[in-house]
Amino acid sequence: MRNQGGWLRSFSVLGLAFLYLPIAVLMVFSLNASRLSATWQGVSWQWYEMLWRDEALRTATGNSLLVAGISTVIVLLLGVPAAMGLERIRSRWRGFLEPIFLLPLVIPEVMMGVALLMLFVVLQMPLSLATVMIGHAAFNLPVAIVIIRARLQKLDPRLLEAAYDLGATPWQGFRRITLPLLFPALLGAMLLTFTISLDDFIVTFFVAGPGATTLPLKVYSMIKSGVSPEINALSAVLVMASMGLVGLSLLFQRR
Amino acid sequence: MADLSIDIRTLIKRHGATLAVDHVTLGVRRGEFFSILGPSGAGKSSLLRMLAGFETPDSGEIFIDGQLMAGVPPNRRPVNLVFQSYALFPHLSVAGNVAFGLEMKRIPRGEIEARVAATLELVQMGDKRDRRPGQLSGGEQQRVALARALVNRPAVVLLDEPLAALDQQLRQQMQVELKSIQAQVGITFVCVTHHQEEALALSDRLAVMHQGQVVQVGRPQDLYESPATHFVAQFIGTSNELRGTLRDPHVGQAILTCDHPGLSGKVRVAMPSDLQSGAAVALILRPERVRLASNGEGTAFDNAVPGTVEALRYLGSGWRCVVRITEQIAWTIHLPNHANGLVPWKVGDPVSVQWNVSDGTVLPLP
Repeated sequence: MRNQGGWLRSFSVLGLAFLYLPIAVLMVFSLNASRLSATWQGVSWQWYEMLWRDEALRTATGNSLLVAGISTVIVLLLGVPAAMGLERIRSRWRGFLEPIFLLPLVIPEVMMGVALLMLFVVLQMPLSLATVMIGHAAFNLPVAIVIIRARLQKLDPRLLEAAYDLGATPWQGFRRITLPLLFPALLGAMLLTFTISLDDFIVTFFVAGPGATTLPLKVYSMIKSGVSPEINALSAVLVMASMGLVGLSLLFQRR
Repeated sequence: MADLSIDIRTLIKRHGATLAVDHVTLGVRRGEFFSILGPSGAGKSSLLRMLAGFETPDSGEIFIDGQLMAGVPPNRRPVNLVFQSYALFPHLSVAGNVAFGLEMKRIPRGEIEARVAATLELVQMGDKRDRRPGQLSGGEQQRVALARALVNRPAVVLLDEPLAALDQQLRQQMQVELKSIQAQVGITFVCVTHHQEEALALSDRLAVMHQGQVVQVGRPQDLYESPATHFVAQFIGTSNELRGTLRDPHVGQAILTCDHPGLSGKVRVAMPSDLQSGAAVALILRPERVRLASNGEGTAFDNAVPGTVEALRYLGSGWRCVVRITEQIAWTIHLPNHANGLVPWKVGDPVSVQWNVSDGTVLPLP
């Protein structure tokens, strides 16, 4: 039995290595002084400096942050009422609506991208940063709803009754009781959708207009002319930022 | 019309096919501590939720402080509810919880401060005003919940099983405090409970509910000494029971016949004026109204039946004695501790169980 435990432990180490080895390699080589990825010529921060000075890259970063920020706001504004509404719906309808809300989580992203593109074409909406924001909001909404509902279900309904009993109107009850208690979930949902939006390539690829280049699109276009250490550095920054945000998100959801 | 805080008239509430509240008419006087007592499922919680405005009656009226409550939402009713689970707001401090109701009423900041401080002093929580509910013990949470209701000076404070979540010792201490706080503030308290000892100890008057109906309203001593129905007699206090049929009524007394050969025809009872000879009844005897004597001695009491001591339990204030009378019947008898804890019997002793006609209550069986 003990031996078996040892085996299983080494498998979990193997699994971790499988997940994080490529990222570790990427980070190590982003510090390589050599322009050629394969040879090691000592540690240098020069590629990170180069990133900092790249004008196009900074525009792309700005676009990414803007898209992530605004799509997250849209997601929260739609997600909170939607999650609260789902909690109040009678059981028969809920069983029908729940999977429909969650379905986009498992739809292949390519199809989601094509579908959104088609929709914008039919609506004659010119592709731009705005269409990217709408697209990101669409696939992030179910994520936010899942997180917010998990918290809502844990809230004692008597707390709201107590608020009404003490003279609160439904709106005051929402603002003074529900919203503050929902706050950790909102923060968690916010950070997670922000990160997913920041990292998204496929949907963005379909619905971004000319000039609406986000960071992942920029990386993709750079990579076409060969893997440079600059891309390694950029990817390392993206990975660290995403992991940091997701870590924060988990921290807030646990509270 | 008397000065009523709550006036309930023929209230009906259905839950599906069952009548949760069945034609309830009830008046609660201003300033009194009133309890609604009943087993779970008796309809008392439903009644309380209708008073607070969380449930709507199917028919009938509720007046609170003379105001008809039909269509008035919970946030505009002059009542405040102390929830069984307390339902304190976990993200607010003790003072924040207590201030909540006053803030909703847009009372000036300075007055809120003063009233919150005074109310926290009243419930002895002044030194814990900045704690969060999660950092408080059960008893402390109970005090905060009470303060959160009292600070609004409502016409009525509603309490839902107020002491159910506390352990035995704390519960007795809080009983005393709850009663003294109520007397200090002079606000009408309406308390729903299934705990009969608690209801008897706390209440000025109480209503006993059974299957959606109010079966009796009165002072604790009225309910204990003169229960109106067999259910009330059984539900309130410990009762010893002898079932049988009334025979030979004669000047206010009758003979109780039953199918226990040793007892039949030997027990004299009071003849209730509203019953006929032949009625099926239960004789109810409280544990402290029955005396024990050694078997074979003569007796000055109206009734004496033989039995055997089956168990003896020392309570300090006296002895709780179980006497087996027939194979099916064992009575609990309370023997006062007259001196130094001595009791003249031991388990297995034959004894004579004695009482007067006036010690028992005769109630018709349903």
